[in-house]
Order: sequence, then C-alpha cells, then structure tokens
Amino acid sequence: MTRGRTVTRRRAAAVVVVAAVAALTGCAADEPAGARLVVLAAASLTDVLPPIAEQFERTHPGTQVVLSFGGSAGLAQSVAAGAPADVLAVASPAALQVVLDSGDSVGEPVVFARNSLEIAVPTGNPGAVTGLADFARDDLDLAVCAAQVPCGAAAASAFTVARVDPRPDTLEQDVRAVLTKVRTGEVDAGLVYATDVRAAGDDVEGVTLPPAQRVPADYPAVALSGGASPDLAADLVAALLGADAQRELAAAGFLPPL
Amino acid sequence: MRRTRRRPPAVLLAPGVLALALLVLPLLALLLRAPWSALPRLLREPAVGEALRLSLGTAAVATGLCVLLGVPLAWLLARADLPGRAVVRALVTVPLVLPPVVGGVALLLLLGRRGVVGRPLEALTGLTLPFTPAAVVLAETFVALPFLVLAVEGALRGADRRYEEVAATLGGTRWHVFRTVTLPLVAPGVAAGAVLSFARALGEFGATITFAGSFPGRTQTMPLAIYLALETDPEAAIALSLVLLLVSVAVLAGLRERWTAVR
Repeated sequence: MTRGRTVTRRRAAAVVVVAAVAALTGCAADEPAGARLVVLAAASLTDVLPPIAEQFERTHPGTQVVLSFGGSAGLAQSVAAGAPADVLAVASPAALQVVLDSGDSVGEPVVFARNSLEIAVPTGNPGAVTGLADFARDDLDLAVCAAQVPCGAAAASAFTVARVDPRPDTLEQDVRAVLTKVRTGEVDAGLVYATDVRAAGDDVEGVTLPPAQRVPADYPAVALSGGASPDLAADLVAALLGADAQRELAAAGFLPPL
Repeated sequence: MRRTRRRPPAVLLAPGVLALALLVLPLLALLLRAPWSALPRLLREPAVGEALRLSLGTAAVATGLCVLLGVPLAWLLARADLPGRAVVRALVTVPLVLPPVVGGVALLLLLGRRGVVGRPLEALTGLTLPFTPAAVVLAETFVALPFLVLAVEGALRGADRRYEEVAATLGGTRWHVFRTVTLPLVAPGVAAGAVLSFARALGEFGATITFAGSFPGRTQTMPLAIYLALETDPEAAIALSLVLLLVSVAVLAGLRERWTAVR
C-alpha cells in the first residue's frame, strides 16, 4: 500500500519535471518553420501595429505575429544581446545602429513611417501650457523621455531649437510612460509624439508645436538574422510599406516616409 | 556531538549544487564581464555618485522610518490584546508578497495628484508627493516595513517574558518596561530587521519608478540608473551594478552573525 503510493508520487513528480522541461525548451520547435513571427517595436507603435499584424496574418495564413513593445534603445540592446526576434521596428535610425553593428540584421533597414513631437496635457490643460517655453516653469510637473531613448533625443533637439532650458520632474524610459504620466494627471504636460496624443483619445489634449520644433523622426524596421524565418520577416518589413499598412499608419497620425 | 561525515545522496546533491550555481554564476558573470580598466572613469562620473548618494540617503531615511513605525507595530502584534491580530499580521505581510510595481500603482492611487489623499492634500497645502525624494522614501518604506515588523515580532515572541513581568511587578509602567527591558532584549532582532529593510529599500525599483518617477539626483536611485544605463551604455550599467553588489555584500557582512554563522 505504502510502496504503491510512493511509486505513484514519484511518477507524478517525473511527469511534472518532464512537462516543465518540455514547456521551457520545446516551445515552437515542433511547429512548421515561419509559423511564429516575433516583432519588437517602439512603444509609440503600440496601437497601430496590432491591426497591421492582423492584416499580415490574413495574407499569410498559418502565420502568427507576436508583438512586444518597449523603449527603442532597450529593444535594440536586447536584440544585440541575443533576444530571439524576427523583426525590429524602432523610433529612430540611431537606435537601430547597435543592431546593424552587431550583425544581427538581414538586409537594409526600411523607413516605413515618420512621427513628430507634440505636447500632451491632461484634459482641460490644468497647467495652461501653450508651448515648449512652459517646460522651463518650476511650478508645473513635467515629464520628458530620458535622453537615452529616441523621444528623449528628439525632445532635446526641440528644446535646443526653441531655446528653452527644460526643468522636467521625471525622465521616463519610453514615450508611453510619459503619456501615462499625463493620462493619470500626475504631470501638467509631457512631450510625446503626435500619434501618442491621438492614441490617448479623450484622456489628453494636444498642444501643437511650431513646425521647426516638431523634430520629425524616422521609423526604420529591419529583419533579424536570429529569427526562425528570415524570409517571412523580410515579407513583414516589406508589408509595412504596403498600401494597407500605410493606411493604418496614416489613420494613427503617422506621416508617410519621405 | 557531530556525526561522522557521510556522502550526501545524489538525489539531494545534484539539485543542491544546481541551486547554488543558479545563485552564484550570474554574479560571477557580472564580475567576469566588468569593464575593470574603464571602471575608475565610469565610477568617477558625477551621475554615479549622485545616484549612489540618493540611494543610500533615501534607504537610510526609509530604514529609520521602518524602525520608528515598525517596532511599535511589532510590539502591538506580539504583546497587545489586538482584535483581529491574524488579519493585521496578514495585512502587514501583503507588501512582502506583492509585486513592487503594484505597490507603486497603489501609492499613486492614494497619494498621486489625483489620489484619494493626494488630491485634497494638494488642494489644502499645495504639496504633491510624486517626483520628490520623499516619494522615493515612501515607496521604499512601503516595501521594506514588513521585513522589520516580522523580524522584530519574531524577536519579541522569542524573548523571555518573565523579565517584563518582574519589571511590571516592581511597579514599572508598560512604557517604562518597554523602554528599559523589552527593547534591549530584542535589540538584535531590531538590528537584523533594520539591515534587511535597508537592503530591501536599496534594491527598490518597481514602486519607485511607478510612484516617484525617475530624475537624476532627485528620484533616480541606483536600480533605476542601472536600468536606464542598460538601454545605451551597458558598461556603465555593469559598473553601477558592481557598486550595488559591493554595498549588498557589506550589508550581508552586517548580518553575518545571524545568517552565515554555523549554528
């Protein structure tokens, strides 16, 4: 009786271990090649990529596109450090450089969209923000991207152009973190991309900048050599320039590539 | 006293060694990959000193708060006739098992500019907490306090109550007895709890970045600086990590009597 129970328990433990190992190592190994495309993308693409990915899945039956969003610089670093991904789409060509240097890319990067800076304020504009000059005000709580990520680099250029010495209260790790601080009303203004203002809907209002301060940013995408199916990855990069994807991007407020 | 040494069974030895490797190898890699030659230059960067000062300062204040508030709470849990003691203890433990980022969101909902308390606070006094070192201290205290309370409560339960009873029969008030008898008795427990709290506060990331934001010299503590540096300058991130590792080892040295001593 006792012995039987011990054996059963041992067997159960063995099953658990085998299942865990299979779950950890097996993953997509048994699926046909190219069934799963992992796309790492800039935070500002959070709302526009899912419909584009769905279009791609429809035109490539059997393909599943998995999206993951974050700060461009961090994504590029993780790809260079060996993160398994098929496509990388970031908010500045500079952020892509580390991946081009490390040889983790296949083919040339393709610029598929452009974006420009805009000030986001909570609905009602409690701080009465009218332009970049307000970012020098000490009485306001202000959020800007950290200089290490593309939106922060763009913000720095904008402040230089506007000759403003900004006094931000927090430097966020990606543009969506800035947007969140505005949305929750924790700051009176944040410097984000025009598309972020649009994506936040009624939660925030936009304060447009004079053209010289908008600092247009190129969005490049590149297929990665570490992925399971570089051909399919190249297809996806090409699809970003297709009419369907460009329509989605335009609807989200992105500018077409030059 | 000690039994003769016998070879441990492989069933226990193999996973045990694996567990040790899992704990030690990542730190070894940190040391192996450290940019030793560039280290002096990286560590002299003003930003490093700034982040380290902020981290040590806020963690020290948070630890002070933990002791000031946590010891009385531990005493209430261990000695007072508290209604619903089990519930209170469970509530104290929640921040211990809660992901810190959830703690940050919760703090924001309470003390943010639109928070339950934060909004009236700003309306009355004009004070706002987020984006200040005080917010960092608060986030660190939130995550570190349970460590102190549980450590001190354990010490109080282990202490011999007869000393307190004798002091009470000799006419000491409860506060006098607490101050002159109980506190000295559990001092090692308070010290251990304080060191643990300090270590936890020093490593705080999730609640801080959520509730306090990230600005060099004001709210950007070492863990936040490391995370940001990793985006563009991994070497600087490793250098910062080494500093934090060193501080952590120092903390462990402070605890050595308790945890590394052979019993």
